[in-house]
Amino acid sequence: MSNAEDHPSSRRDFLYYATGGVSAVAAGAAVWPLVNQMNPSADVQAASTLRVDVSTLTPGTQLTVLFLGKPIFIRRRTEEEIEAGRAADADITVDTNARNPNAGDDASAADQNRTLADFAGENTGEWLVMQGVCTHLGCVPLGDGAGDFGGWFCPCHGSHYDTAGRIRRGPAPENLPVPAASFVDETTILLG
Amino acid sequence: MSGIPHDHYEPKSNAEKWLHSRLPVVGLLYDTLMIPTPKNLNWMWIWGIVLAFCLAMQIATGVILVMHYTPHVDLAFASIEHIMRNVNGGWAIRYIHMNGASLFFIAVYLHIFRGLYYGSYKAPREITWIIGMLIYLLMMGTAFMGYVLPWGQMSFWGATVITGLFGAIPFIGEAIQTWLLGGPAVDNATLNRFLSLHFLLPFVIAGLVIVHIWAFHTTGNNNPTGVEVRRSSKKDAEADTLPFWPYFVIKDFFALAVVLVGFFAVVGFMPNYLGHPDNYIEANALATPAHIVPEWYFLPFYAILRAFTGDVWVVMFASWITGGIVDAKFFGVIAMFGAIAVMALAPWLDTSSVRSGRYRPQFKWWFWLLAFDFMVLMWAGARPAEPPYSTISLIGATYWFAYFLVILPLLGIFEKPHAQPETIEADFKEHYGKSGSEGEAASTPAE
Repeated sequence: MSNAEDHPSSRRDFLYYATGGVSAVAAGAAVWPLVNQMNPSADVQAASTLRVDVSTLTPGTQLTVLFLGKPIFIRRRTEEEIEAGRAADADITVDTNARNPNAGDDASAADQNRTLADFAGENTGEWLVMQGVCTHLGCVPLGDGAGDFGGWFCPCHGSHYDTAGRIRRGPAPENLPVPAASFVDETTILLG
Repeated sequence: MSGIPHDHYEPKSNAEKWLHSRLPVVGLLYDTLMIPTPKNLNWMWIWGIVLAFCLAMQIATGVILVMHYTPHVDLAFASIEHIMRNVNGGWAIRYIHMNGASLFFIAVYLHIFRGLYYGSYKAPREITWIIGMLIYLLMMGTAFMGYVLPWGQMSFWGATVITGLFGAIPFIGEAIQTWLLGGPAVDNATLNRFLSLHFLLPFVIAGLVIVHIWAFHTTGNNNPTGVEVRRSSKKDAEADTLPFWPYFVIKDFFALAVVLVGFFAVVGFMPNYLGHPDNYIEANALATPAHIVPEWYFLPFYAILRAFTGDVWVVMFASWITGGIVDAKFFGVIAMFGAIAVMALAPWLDTSSVRSGRYRPQFKWWFWLLAFDFMVLMWAGARPAEPPYSTISLIGATYWFAYFLVILPLLGIFEKPHAQPETIEADFKEHYGKSGSEGEAASTPAE
């Protein structure tokens, strides 16, 4: 059989690479479902929003709900807590980002950028919703005025958060993150 | 199979010949079992048998446990108590399986450090070493996933922290973490897949064990002198070796029996000594244990993981040079896996032509310092991540890398080794007198 001197790529070469290419695509297509099955299933994805009734919360009390496998703290703050949080705005040095997607990615860590507007659209500073997962190594901080700044305190490695959930002292690098949340009626918060 | 000259299986009867010409399985077993083995092997060469026994024991008890276990977040914890209280002899099977993991790791660490001291990783045994490292990695994965199954507090939070390591990978980390967990956090999907993989991986390990044995049966065993068995003639080879059966099989079984006395004393009298009391509290996503600690066999590498914090200059340098992509958390993950990677590369990092540490006067000190370093890291890994433990971990981690990346390459150039014995036979005679040829040695080779 003569070599295709004047035809650098023969019909056989074409068939060889075409078959190889199609086989590779087919193998990839066959493997993908085997990999993708490990991603979150439909029921797990369906649980990505949660309605929380907050009608029982009076100022100075808080709720902890489990949302997407992680605790969410919902606190109705007292006047004193709001004042303490606003007075400390100038002292925030560790993490100057609000960590609040509701306020925008670039929002500063000012107290008012941490809290949630009520159903009327008014941000009174009363409603603080955030993920109860320490940004250091993922422990659950203690609440109800714990720590040196009257907010939250992580018992694992001693991170102190203030009344707005901002990191003030200790090894944690970031403020407690605020999840996407909004009031859907006077007394119900929609998470996610 | 081995390059050492020895007698091979010869089928005698017609039935044997009939089978041998169709499937030479008897020949394979005969050659494997009768392999010429250096007759000067000491007691550090028994851990292979202990490891093989551990794998068989863990598979046997594991298959039994899974008959009674329920992989569901609401039922898993209760099903463990069901095994402990209701299943006939279930408590014993579970305690054997739990402590069997610890025995497995004690044996594998002694086995690895044996190889490091006597230079068993050096040419021509690199493949044996690499396969061994793969087995070790799979053992760690299997043990980690097994620890999650009882669904206690340490199971849950250990799984959260360890899968969080993958979340530290830049750009794709979070997607990988979600994919591993099957959701945003450790939950039912995680528990189910961990059971599936915990069941599968031991069989993958078993396959690799066969390759591991195949590899060192091809090169022949190393031995305490590091001197090769003579292959010049069958007579020379026989002067250096004894067949594995019965000499080493009986010796290894005796050692195994002694080890098992200790093992069953622990299983019987202090079965929870190596565990954490927190794991007898059911998993709770709303409350973290005050102090999350992995099982003891992960502690050295856990210490390395935590040693590289943001205020260490190498971490700051790595962060600066990559424009912040490699942060302290990711650096720690790289260091932890890197600590095992440098060990796997030992065959190419060690430049000395002398195998055994016996004849390397300086190497000995560095080696024992490494063994001590390993224990210090294990101790520091169990302590909280704060001074002075963080500093001790950092020093320990630094020495670990220095040993493999600096000391092993340089020692081969600067060290003046002692004279090695000419042959294994000569070394054996020096230690045990005149006996020791033609396989008549009645005494157990020991030192």
